[in-house]
Amino acid sequence: MSDLLELRNLTVEFPVGRGRGPALPVVDVSLSVARGETLALVGESGSGKSLTALAILRLIPPPGRIHERTRILLEGIDVLSLEGEALRAVRGRRIGIVFQDAMTSLNPVLTVGEQIREAVTAHRSMPRAESRERAVALLAETGVPDPAVRYGSYPHELSGGLRQRVLIAIALAGEPDLLIADEPTTALDVTVQAQILELLDRLRIARGMAVLLITHDLGIVAGRADRVAVMYAGQIVEEAATARLFRSPAHPYTRALFRAIPRLDAAVERMQAISGSVPLPHEWTSGCRFQPRCPEALARCATEAPPPIPLAPGEWTRCWLAEKGAR
Amino acid sequence: MTAPRPLLEVRDLVTRYETGGMLRGPRRVVHAVNGVSFDIAPGETLGLVGESGSGKSTVGRTILRLTPASAGSVRFDGVNVLTLPAGPLRAMRRRMQIVFQDPYSSLNPRMRAGVAVAEGLEIHRLLPAREIPGRVARLFEEVGLDASYRAKFPHQLSGGQRQRIGIARALAVDPALLVCDEPVSALDVSVQAQVLNLLADLQQRRGLAFLFIAHDLAVVRQLAHRVAVMYFGRIVELASTEDVLLRPLHPYTQALLSAVPEPDPGRQRARIVLAGEPPKPTAPPPGCPFASRCFHPRKDARCITELPVLRPIGPAVVACHHAGL
Repeated sequence: MSDLLELRNLTVEFPVGRGRGPALPVVDVSLSVARGETLALVGESGSGKSLTALAILRLIPPPGRIHERTRILLEGIDVLSLEGEALRAVRGRRIGIVFQDAMTSLNPVLTVGEQIREAVTAHRSMPRAESRERAVALLAETGVPDPAVRYGSYPHELSGGLRQRVLIAIALAGEPDLLIADEPTTALDVTVQAQILELLDRLRIARGMAVLLITHDLGIVAGRADRVAVMYAGQIVEEAATARLFRSPAHPYTRALFRAIPRLDAAVERMQAISGSVPLPHEWTSGCRFQPRCPEALARCATEAPPPIPLAPGEWTRCWLAEKGAR
Repeated sequence: MTAPRPLLEVRDLVTRYETGGMLRGPRRVVHAVNGVSFDIAPGETLGLVGESGSGKSTVGRTILRLTPASAGSVRFDGVNVLTLPAGPLRAMRRRMQIVFQDPYSSLNPRMRAGVAVAEGLEIHRLLPAREIPGRVARLFEEVGLDASYRAKFPHQLSGGQRQRIGIARALAVDPALLVCDEPVSALDVSVQAQVLNLLADLQQRRGLAFLFIAHDLAVVRQLAHRVAVMYFGRIVELASTEDVLLRPLHPYTQALLSAVPEPDPGRQRARIVLAGEPPKPTAPPPGCPFASRCFHPRKDARCITELPVLRPIGPAVVACHHAGL
C-alpha cells in the first residue's frame, strides 16, 4: 500500500502573552495513512487529536499556526505550500471531514439537500438538476430513508443519527480519497453509533477511501481500524497494528487506559483508575509527559523525554521502558 | 431473605409536558415518562439505563420534584414526595440529593468551591456557623480533594475535580439517596474510573442508596445491584445486574448490549445493528414502542396493536409479548 497522507513533525503553536514561548498543543506528530486503510487516532480531551485533524486541512484557528518544520504530504505534494484553488481542491475534494456535532456543523436555515448540493457544486460546476440528483444519490448512499423526501428537510427535523448521515454525505460530495472522522459518534446513542460505524466501514470499502478515525473511545477502534496511534498531551506515544496494540500495549499510558475502561465481560472489581488528570500544555515537564501519572516510571523519565523507540516495522513507542535492557 | 422496607417506592409515575405554542409551532404533549414503577432499598444501587429520549433523566428529576409529575406516587421513607407542601418538601430534599452529568454547568462559576459545598449546610441550618468550615474540610477530604481546593473557582478545576465538588455538595446535607444522572459520561476515560471508585467507597461508608442513571451499560455494571432498562418512557426489563447482562430477555436489552463497543478485537460479539430510531415522544404508538425496530422472530400483529406490560419471567420482569418464548 502506498502512502496517501504523510505527516512529518506536525507541530502546532499558539502564542502565549509576552515573555513566554508559544504553547505547543501538538508536537512532532508523524504518521501516515495508506490508501483504503483505517487509521485510528485515539486520545483523551486535550491530547491534541482534533487539532491534528484541523491542521491536515490547514484549518488551525488564528493566532494558532503550524510550525515551519512541519510537512504535510498528500501523495507527495506538500499541502502547506498550496494556496488558493490548489488548497481548495484539497479541502473537501481530496480530503473530506466529518465533525462530532452535526447540529452545529449544519446550516439551520437551509434544507439538508441544498447543503449537500452546495458541496457537490463547490468543486465541479454542473446543471442544477444534475447536482440535485447527485445530492439525492448521496443521501441514499449514506442510508437516509426516503432520500428524495429528506432532501427538503431542515436539520432540526432530523434525528441525531440522520444529521450525522447528512454530514457524511456532504463530506463524500467531493469524492475524497481520505475521510477524516473527528469523534463522529460521540454525540450519538450506542445503537445509532453502531449504525454510523458500520456505514463508515461500508463506504470505505465501496469507495476505496482511507479513513482517519479520531476518537477518545478505544472500544470503537477494535474491529474497525487497521492501525492505531495513541496520543497523550500533544504527542503520539504509541503506534501499532490494532491487534498488537490490544494484545500487548507497549506504552504504560495505553496499558492504563485499557485497565480504566469499564468492561461488560470481566469480573466486577475495584476499577483501576489512572491517578491525576491529563496535564495542560503549561504543566508539561522536560521529561516524559506521562511520568507524573505513570506507575512504572524510571528515575530518568522525570527529566529526559523519551524519543520514539521502534518495536517492529511501523510500530514504535515513546517510552524508556521499551529500550533494550531497560528493566 | 426478607426484603428491608424500600427507601424509595416509585409507582406508576407519569411525566408529560407541553412543547410548542405561540411562535414555537403547534402545541404538542411530550410523553416523557409513561408509568414507571420501582423500589430502591437503603444502601442499594438501581441502575437506570436507556438512550437519549428514553425518559431516564426525567424519572430522576421527577422523583426530586425538579420536574412536576403528571400522575403516580413517589414514597420516600413511606411519605409521598409528590404531594408534600413546600416546608416539609424542603426538609425531604435534604435526604435526596442529585449529582449532575456536567459539573461545569451545575456549579456557579463565581462561587469558590468551598462556598459551594457549604451552601447546603447554611440553607438547611444543619450546623452552627462556626462549625461549617471544619465540616467542609472533612467533606473535601472525603471526596479526595486537598483542602487547598476550597479557594478555587470551577474554571480552575479539571472535570474530575469539579465532579468531586458536585459530589461533596450533595453529601454536605447528609442524604440517604443520591440520584446520579450520568455522573461520569462527561469525563475522560482515565478519570471516569476514579469517580466510580469514589462513589462505591461513599456508598459503603455512608450506606447511601443510588439511583444511577446512565446510557453506558459497562459503567452501570460497576455499581448497580439491579438494572432497569428504559425505552420510550417505560421500563422494558428489570432484574439483577447479572441477569440483565448475562441473560437479557427483552430484544431491546439484547440490542443495547450488543452495541456496547468491545475493546478487544479478538472477541467481537455478534452485533445486532438496530434499524431506525425510536418513535417520536409526541406521537406514541398504540402497541409496543419498540416494535418498529424489533427483530424478534415471533414479532406479530399483537406487537403493533397491544402494549406489552411488565410480567415476570424467571427472576426478571420484562415488557414483551414474546420474550422467553
